[in-house]
Amino acid sequence: MKPKKKNKGALAALPLYIFTLVFVLGPLLYMLALSFMTRAETWGVVPEFTLENYANIFQPVYLSTFWESIKLAALSTVLVVLIGYPFGYFMAKLTAKWKKRTMMLLMIPFWTSSLLRLYGWIIIFRAGGVLDSVLMSLHITSGPLKLLYTYPAVVVGMVYALVPFMIFAVYSSAEKLDFSLVEAARDLGATPFKAFWTVSLKLTLPGLLSGVVLTFVPSMGLFFIADILGGNKVVLVGSLIQEQLLKAHNWPFAAALSVALLLLTTLLLFLYRKAAGVKDLEGLV
Amino acid sequence: MKNRTKLPSLYLAVVLVLLYVPILLVVFYSFNESKISSVWGGFSLKWYAQLFRNRALFGALGNSLILGGISCLSAAVIGTLGAYGMAKARLRTKGAVEYMATLPIMMPEIILGMVFMAFFSLIGIPFGMGALVLAHTAFCVPYVFMLVKARLVGMDPSLAEAALDLGASPARVFFDITLPLVLPAILSGMLLAFAMSFDDVIISVFVTGVDTPTLPVKIYTQLKTGVTPEINALCTLLFLAVLALCGLAAFLGREKKGGAGKAPEGLPGEKKQ
Repeated sequence: MKPKKKNKGALAALPLYIFTLVFVLGPLLYMLALSFMTRAETWGVVPEFTLENYANIFQPVYLSTFWESIKLAALSTVLVVLIGYPFGYFMAKLTAKWKKRTMMLLMIPFWTSSLLRLYGWIIIFRAGGVLDSVLMSLHITSGPLKLLYTYPAVVVGMVYALVPFMIFAVYSSAEKLDFSLVEAARDLGATPFKAFWTVSLKLTLPGLLSGVVLTFVPSMGLFFIADILGGNKVVLVGSLIQEQLLKAHNWPFAAALSVALLLLTTLLLFLYRKAAGVKDLEGLV
Repeated sequence: MKNRTKLPSLYLAVVLVLLYVPILLVVFYSFNESKISSVWGGFSLKWYAQLFRNRALFGALGNSLILGGISCLSAAVIGTLGAYGMAKARLRTKGAVEYMATLPIMMPEIILGMVFMAFFSLIGIPFGMGALVLAHTAFCVPYVFMLVKARLVGMDPSLAEAALDLGASPARVFFDITLPLVLPAILSGMLLAFAMSFDDVIISVFVTGVDTPTLPVKIYTQLKTGVTPEINALCTLLFLAVLALCGLAAFLGREKKGGAGKAPEGLPGEKKQ
């Protein structure tokens, strides 16, 4: 109707435009460029084109890090789905008052420093710590399990840190679900399982898939969890990037690893969009 | 009927309890006389006394508060104006820029940390508070931007049009009509952004300066080396602060009940429609 007037506010987007181009696109492009550069002999980089950094990723030791990291992420994601999906789903069925209360109870740990929560797990897992004391006093185990700095400890830490994201994603999907549809399916003779499988699950799929992306992607990069609960036994892609940056000072290789991780993330987001049929991740903010 | 609802509630309760166990243990052991967390040496407040003498830790806390404050404020300005302007803009690059603007929270944080570290050294921004603010703003913007954008979509455009027709300038319309209507979304976004900034380890580790460690970076280093129960005490105080803030939010939310807007609780997952 009044195209001229409608266009007037567009200038407000200028700061976002500039900021995004300079501080998001710029750094990402530099990372891409860096990944093709040569490492200087002592310090820094030389702008000489090379594919060596990418070839490096395919060295068995690094390739296996990628693979192990993907396996860990997959395992964490499966556990997060198993714990978080029912939670988000049941939560959507609560009364408005209890929804609010549950949300509040979820938010408090979520807002509380993730390092504090990690520290809690150290207290639990440490040899002779809380878990050992409980298990030994119940005579389930006879000696300390020494769970700290093991693979299971890292998995627990990941699951614990990421489960809220799954819950929020599933909840935001399930909250929109019309539960009378499920009842209708039941009335028409579907078993509870069939009603869930054909109606509820299908309609909450965007939330579930979004939760999977929101769990899987970070669990490749959360190096501080692997660091603190896994000692140096569990190495994630994120740990590798951090090590290359801060210790080995091989920035081009770190850049190549980041590009690879970014490609993997993009692929996941692309698959999500295809499967869920929506653009934005459900329950992301 | 009753049996059908009991099992899910029990499940919710069990998971919630498990979520709190590690936190409560940290709180519990902050009152431990003994330095070793597996041994209970009796009730003591000595770690709190020691904490309050620890200047470095409080300095780090201050850094984190300043960083979170500045980042979420700048994100609020950039994100809100951005969402508003993007809704009006008809540029061919709009979709691409919108996608890019939200990228920082889509990709693993480690990548952001890596790119900022490399980019800042390329363009000569020294690591420290300035670098931290820029990096944190980058991942704070998407939260405000996405929430405000969603809010604008659900807004009745005829309100702004009416004001324009009555002769208000676009700036006036923005401040008098649009801004009050999207304010809850802005506050939600800022709250979320602040929490993310205040908790961030991964990105901060790469761009922090020697003299400006943030609290998470400080705690991270301590957890890696030797932990002193001072950290327990500090964590307990932070936890209490979060509790108080959540209580306050709930209280304010209750006061506003009956109003048209959502309470500015900043709950993830409350977006959409």
